[in-house]
Formats: sequence, C-alpha cells, structure tokens
Amino acid sequence: MAHLHDDEIKKMEEIANQVRQDIISMLVEAKSGHSAGPLGMADIFTAMYFHILRHDPKNPDWPERDRLILSNGHIVPVRYAVMARAGYFPLEELKTLRKFGSRLQGHPEREKLPGVESTSGPLGSGLSQAAGIALAALMDKKNFRVYCLMSDGEHDAGNIWEAAMFASKYKLHNLTGVIDRNNIQIDGYTEDIMPLESLRAKYESFGWHVIEVDGHNVSQFIEAVEEAKAIFEKPTVIIAHTIPGKGVNFMEFNFEWHGKPPKPDEAKIALEQLRTLGGKIKSEHQ
Amino acid sequence: MPLNPKAKLNPDLLDKAKIKMAPIRDGYGEGLVKLGEEDPRVVVLCADLTESTRSLPFKQKFPERFIQMGVAEQNMATVASGLANYGKIPFISSYAVFSPGRNYEQIRTTCALNNVPVKIAGAHAGISVGPDGATHQALDDVAIMRVMPRMTVLVPCDAIEARKATIAAGKIPGPVYIRFGREKSPLFTTDETPFDIGKAHIFWDGIAGKKLDLAIVASSQLVWNALLAASELEKEGISVRVINNPSVKPIDKEILIAAAKDAGAMVTVEEHQVAGGMGSAVAEVLAKNYSVPIEFIGVQDRFGESGEAYELIEAFGMGVKNILEAAKKVIKRK
Repeated sequence: MAHLHDDEIKKMEEIANQVRQDIISMLVEAKSGHSAGPLGMADIFTAMYFHILRHDPKNPDWPERDRLILSNGHIVPVRYAVMARAGYFPLEELKTLRKFGSRLQGHPEREKLPGVESTSGPLGSGLSQAAGIALAALMDKKNFRVYCLMSDGEHDAGNIWEAAMFASKYKLHNLTGVIDRNNIQIDGYTEDIMPLESLRAKYESFGWHVIEVDGHNVSQFIEAVEEAKAIFEKPTVIIAHTIPGKGVNFMEFNFEWHGKPPKPDEAKIALEQLRTLGGKIKSEHQ
Repeated sequence: MPLNPKAKLNPDLLDKAKIKMAPIRDGYGEGLVKLGEEDPRVVVLCADLTESTRSLPFKQKFPERFIQMGVAEQNMATVASGLANYGKIPFISSYAVFSPGRNYEQIRTTCALNNVPVKIAGAHAGISVGPDGATHQALDDVAIMRVMPRMTVLVPCDAIEARKATIAAGKIPGPVYIRFGREKSPLFTTDETPFDIGKAHIFWDGIAGKKLDLAIVASSQLVWNALLAASELEKEGISVRVINNPSVKPIDKEILIAAAKDAGAMVTVEEHQVAGGMGSAVAEVLAKNYSVPIEFIGVQDRFGESGEAYELIEAFGMGVKNILEAAKKVIKRK
C-alpha cells in the first residue's frame, strides 16, 4: 500500500475532531438522537471519506463509486457531518438534523439525501443489502468496492448471519464489513444483553477473513482495509474496537449515552473537551 | 351469454368439460423467462422453493442470473434490495406466508421506503393451498402489502393473466407484490384479454335491454366462480356485471364508481380475509364517491385448515352458492 504520511494522518485526526464537535452541535440543536455511536465512529468515517472511498461529492450517483452502506442508521449524524465536511452539502445544513422538511432525516433515507446510498435504521439488514450490491458488481464485472458499517449490538439479529452465510457462499471478496465493537447497546452492555463473543470465531466459521483493529487509530484502520482488498475468494470483516462517546469523558463507555442527546450545558462541556483535546491544548475560545 | 367481447375471454369458459386448467403460478414461470429474454437486468432469487414457485424455468435458462438464497426470506428481500439499488430488477420467489409474511419489515424499509424495484412473488396464496393447512395458507398478504406506500399489488385470475402481470411488474419502476394460487384453476382468459396495471376490466355485462341489478367485483381464480354465479343469476333474470379486478393497487376507481352507479349494489369476491383485502379497497373507493350496499365474499376473520382446495373454498364461504346468496341479499338491501 501507499505509505501514509504522518501529516495525512494528522489531518484526518483533526477532521475527526471537528466532526465530533459537529455531532455535539447537531444533537443539541435536534434535541433528540444518539450520541455515543456517532462519536465513536468519527475516526472511521473520516478515514472512509477522506482516504479510502473512491467517490465524488459533486457526483454522488457516479456509477463506478465505492458504496458505503450504513446498517445501523441511528449513528447517521456522523455520516452527515463527514459528508458535509467532504463537500456533499453545506455545513449549515447540519443544523437541520431531525427537523421537519430536512434532508437529514433522523434515520437516513436514500431518496432524501444524495450519497447516503440506502435507507436504514431497523437493525440487521445492511450487510445483506451490501452483499446484494457486491454480487451485482461481480455479475457485471465492476471494480468498485462495497463497505458495510454495522454495530455490534445489531449482531443479535438473524438477518446479519443469513447475510454472512450468503456473502461467503458467493465469495464476495469485494465486500468489506466493519463492526463498531463498542460493547454497548440501548439496554446495556452487549455481553449482558446477548453475548456476541467470540465475534471473530463466529465470522471465521462462516468463511470470512477477520481483522481486528483499534477503531480510533486511523492508519491501522486504513491498513486493514488495504489488507481486505488483497484477500480473494472470501469477504473480510474488520472488527473495530471503539470507545462509545469517544472524546467526551462523561459519555465514554457509558451505555446511557447510546440513545440520548446532550443538554445545552452538557454540550458546552463536551465541546470544550473536544476543542482542547481533554485539556491537552489550550482552547482558542478561552 | 353476455360476455364482454372486448375482454376476449375463452368462449368455452362455462363448459367445465372443455375448459383447460393450470396453476396460476405457471404464469409466473412463463413471464419470468419472457422478461429474462427481454431484459438482462432481470434476476430471480428463490428461498429453497425453486420448482414449486415456478422459478425453475428461469433458473434453467439463465443460471447466471438465478440466486439461491436457502430458507432465508429476510435475507432474500434485503439482498434483492441491494441488487435493485445497483440497477438490477430482482424478483423474489417464495410462498406468500413467508414473503411478504416473514420479511414484512425488510420489504417495508429496504424495498418500499428505500424505493427500489424489488418484485415480490407470493406463491401458494389463499385457502386453496389445501392440505398443507393454516400455516401455509396466506390470507392476509394483500392487506399487508396494500397499506405499504409505493407498493403495487396484483392478483391475477388465471395463469395467462399471471404471465402478463409478471411481465408488467418487471416494466414499472417501483416495488410490486404479485400473488399466485397453487392449485390448477380454469384458463378462462386468452392471450388477447387486456391487462394493465391500474385497470380493471368488465368480463360479463348484464342482460341485453335490462338495467343492471348487481355488480360483482372479483380477483384471483374466484373470478371464474363469479362468472358461474352471473350465469346462474341470468337464468333467474337478474342482470349482473362481473369485473375482474387484478390491480388491487393502484385501483381502477372509474370502473368501480361507474358500476356502483349502473347497478346500485355490489358483491366483492376474493380468496383472502375480507378485512383489508381487495373488497376493502373497493369499499374505500365507493364510500368516498358513490355509496351502495356491498356484500363481501372472502374469509371471515378465521385461519384456514387442511382439506382439498375446492372443498375449502366452499367450506370457507367462497363458492358459487355463497356468491348467489350474497347477490340476492345485497339486491334486497338496495
């Protein structure tokens, strides 16, 4: 793979930090929505849109584009923020999240906002849609790749395992799944609600190539995606270990922040922490 | 015999000795092959029921465009969503109790709300599935598909119409549900009989020179029962119009309102729960535009049970005798 320069990594980390601030601002304005998942996936989404995907923000229906299917639609604020930062639509539109008449629906809708690729929210059905696109690409000898971002909690759903069997049967090597392994879901910790481990062994036994990474280490994630491209005859899943609520100390690791937005005073503290990287640098606004 | 000449029906349709029989699902198989020849985007998915859903001829002719899903209807709907999202035209084949039964939410979110052209083929619909019993007799599939925005719902009356409905489904942009029966049923239409999505057609139109007493609106193989009933009523001097209504959604409002105005009473006939089905769709149109008394032939809020197909149609109140009773009752209510 092409060597990633440190300054490229640094730039993506800065964008991801900005995206986390966008997410907090969007959620406090919307007064509803999910906090933990979007914050936890800011690094991966940034790496996707600013390094990995072949895409054109000015031509979102470009037929040769890579497809990114978001299965757990409730974390869509992170996608919206990254798409806006990548030039799909104006940053000001982020404030319309979840409001009447907005293109930024609470859960994403394909027809409302060009570039979101699929309508999602009900859990467990993204991987099979991604597999359908990947199979169509192989049938038509297209070279684009298909990525499916999933939560860990949605692996409770049988539809995902049906898709895992299917992708393996049809040797969908152009499909890469990414699991946000943050160990929380609405009602609590994943291993208390319905144990998922060993996710690695499960996917391997279904015929997938499995890579585990630190989901906040951009270069590690990009290396894993490159490895997936080199695997033939089978699909790859990247288990990305992430911290839910990453970057805001009172949200991190706390499942209670799965499905609620910050209040204005909480948002102020959260933004302060993100701007100063948890007090490591001096805020420009002080 | 007051058959509507424009409907170009089989002239032997009342002759039980002469009329040929075929399962309605056969038309699906023929339609798929025809579509496959015309359009390389057409792909067929099946959930381990390739022969009985009549997906087999397509598989044999276009093996590279046939996708075997195994017993996984939720995955079938969502993989089809992805294929359609890319630009394919997928037909998903199973029994109606499983698809759109088991995979209802996947169809709602990933096909209809997502607005991609997945075509859902529900075989073995209705009580006439027979000996398999209640678990396999879909009696609510039209209702759950009819309430879904963007979904077109088609209920063909014989294998010939099923072929036309399948081809028509493949040529419109959105999601479509088509339902098929299992048992052999009369082939009473012909290749020339008109079929258009959004249109119903008059198959039988009253006694010459006499004002209409009644309109019967029917879908599925029971259209034939409605024609038999009309022929009996004619003998008693009762003038009847029979309308074949395969396009449950979008529904042909004009033909229904005109029939209500011309006849002043109506019987709807379907092999489905009366709640939420084709008859309900007709009633919604008439309640708003031109109210007349209606009797509803169909299953009355019960599950099915094992038995022979035609035995069950009689036992569950959808036989010719039941249509005749409903006709007389509704005329009295005028």
